[in-house]
Amino acid sequence: MAPLLEVQDLEVAFFTKDGVVRAVNGISYTLEAGDTLGLVGESGCGKSVSVLAMLRLIPEPPGRIMGGRVLLEGRDLLKLPAHRMHEIRGSQIAMIFQDPMTSLNPVMTIGNQIAEAMQVNLGLEHGKAMDRAAELLTRVGIPNASDRLSDYPHQFSGGMRQRAMIAMAVSCQPKVLIADEPTTALDVTIQAQIVDLVKDLQQELNMAVIWITHDLGVIARLARRINVMYAGYIVETGPIQPLFKAPLHPYTVGLLSSLPSLDLTDQDLSYIEGSPPDMIRLPEGCPFWPRCRYRTERCAVERPELDEYAPGHQAACWNVAEVLNQRSSALVSEGA
Amino acid sequence: MAEQEVVLAVRDLRKYFPVKRGLLARVRAHVKAVDGVSFTIRKGEVFGLVGESGCGKTTTSRAILQLDPPTEGSVQLEGQELVGLRGEALRRMRTKMQIIFQNPYSSLNPRMTVGRMLVEPMLVHGIAKSSQEAQDRAAALLQMVGLNPYFVNRFPSEFSGGQRQRIGIARALSVNPSFVICDEPISSLDVSIQSQIVNLLRRLQRELDLTYLFISHDLSMVRYISNRMGVMYLGKIVELGDSKTVLRTPMHPYTQALWSALPIPDPEIEARRERIILEGDVPSPIDPPPGCRFSTRCPRVMDLCREVEPALAECEPGRWVACHLYTS
Repeated sequence: MAPLLEVQDLEVAFFTKDGVVRAVNGISYTLEAGDTLGLVGESGCGKSVSVLAMLRLIPEPPGRIMGGRVLLEGRDLLKLPAHRMHEIRGSQIAMIFQDPMTSLNPVMTIGNQIAEAMQVNLGLEHGKAMDRAAELLTRVGIPNASDRLSDYPHQFSGGMRQRAMIAMAVSCQPKVLIADEPTTALDVTIQAQIVDLVKDLQQELNMAVIWITHDLGVIARLARRINVMYAGYIVETGPIQPLFKAPLHPYTVGLLSSLPSLDLTDQDLSYIEGSPPDMIRLPEGCPFWPRCRYRTERCAVERPELDEYAPGHQAACWNVAEVLNQRSSALVSEGA
Repeated sequence: MAEQEVVLAVRDLRKYFPVKRGLLARVRAHVKAVDGVSFTIRKGEVFGLVGESGCGKTTTSRAILQLDPPTEGSVQLEGQELVGLRGEALRRMRTKMQIIFQNPYSSLNPRMTVGRMLVEPMLVHGIAKSSQEAQDRAAALLQMVGLNPYFVNRFPSEFSGGQRQRIGIARALSVNPSFVICDEPISSLDVSIQSQIVNLLRRLQRELDLTYLFISHDLSMVRYISNRMGVMYLGKIVELGDSKTVLRTPMHPYTQALWSALPIPDPEIEARRERIILEGDVPSPIDPPPGCRFSTRCPRVMDLCREVEPALAECEPGRWVACHLYTS
């Protein structure tokens, strides 16, 4: 059977007056029903653009999908006529965003916004949809939900707005929920509430979730698999445990080791040299080589493709052997 | 450490902002952003101040620097009272205390070259005697924060976020301060850049013998960088003590919840870890709940908590907690 969602060689570019921004450079992955995939990377690495392209929400121009396929249960979303795509969004694939204040309509009541999606996608009549909206708000943990249907977004706190947006996103029982940094603007105690809420809803509704974040801690809490993105490429992908315990790509190694560890030391934090690349002038060869501790001459001329090193665990790097070597010798010296 | 001289002493600091409504803009209420905060920072120490948005961390820092004059309370820097200082006297004290802001995009003047940004404060405060001396020092400062000294003629827009934050650090250091407030200095930076800046701040602190107030919502970073820390909730400090001890054995239920909510980048630890999920949101600082301010969300709330506000009390040497659980 075909997987629920399959992204093949997706490529997205933006044509700006300064040049062509190559935001996504041929990424491929699959997602099964009920699975949780983390898309991890720093700002500008193409993680958000890649999912917006999937939903055909890239502004064209300046953006353009240069190639690839996005198969939802075998149907290529990139080839669907606009009105068919409209039906898919919200009902099959729903999305929640980082800033709920900018994604909710400020002059429409919370109840009407949630009900509208169900009236359009499920054909419910208004009264029925409002009843459902109240149930959903209760489910996402908003007290006195039926009294709050007539509230406007500004009357909700940040955490409550995010809950309302989640209620709206799951209202039509989508197969895929895309969460684009939904907790970044929230405090840690509220973040923990939202992460737990999405995990619970996912199990209840058997949704697949794509969770986009730069926060490796959040990902450790909820994802089963991770794609690490850098400069529009997936540089490493794998199940969560081996990826955190034994990362293969020097970029992933750098990210993980730059976080202050729980066993404290007085040593400096390790860090990745330099800054993320200019997406208009990506370096030749591997996009990470100018910042890489393991770089060799080959890296600057030839771009490595993803290669499998353990079941389901792939990395795009010429020097994985060297990364593994250094880790095992570090382990030996620690043990001694 | 205990014998070290006190650099900053904050006593019962309060900052209320009036809420005005109606045609005549009458004051209807006050936002009690900081409501009785006391702590001291000793020489060479890094003091971390943590808490969620709106708890009063940044207002505390602005009140300390007299950028927003406090409503009440005392702030002493190296023995000199700052509250009530005006004009030239306050300006002289400003060379001793500086701040590094959160957002390196909004805190640098886009129309000023990096050189001018560094030279101007030195000339204004008489740190450099001549323009040539100021320019030499500016070049040296850039080198010290890891930037090329030739960057003096460039504008902020030509730099990345991490480089801008280095410029912000150089500007803060241009007047030779002894006390620096770092207000969320890394939270707007990319993960791979954050550790570079933290290392730089630590190195400068050692080399220049600086004292830091490090404000952050990132508990793991505060634990790493600070010696002692205070945890704020709704305008008050609820727990204070040695950073490692506070986070190893948090006593206040809020600190416990905050620590348990912090995601740890290790799936094995995450799977095992027990978490305290707090209900609801932080109450409004206009009308804080009676008794303990955390009582509306506290998983261990007692009847007493809703009536009597617990005072910050020393439970163990150097360890202060404001909670009725620890007052017998």
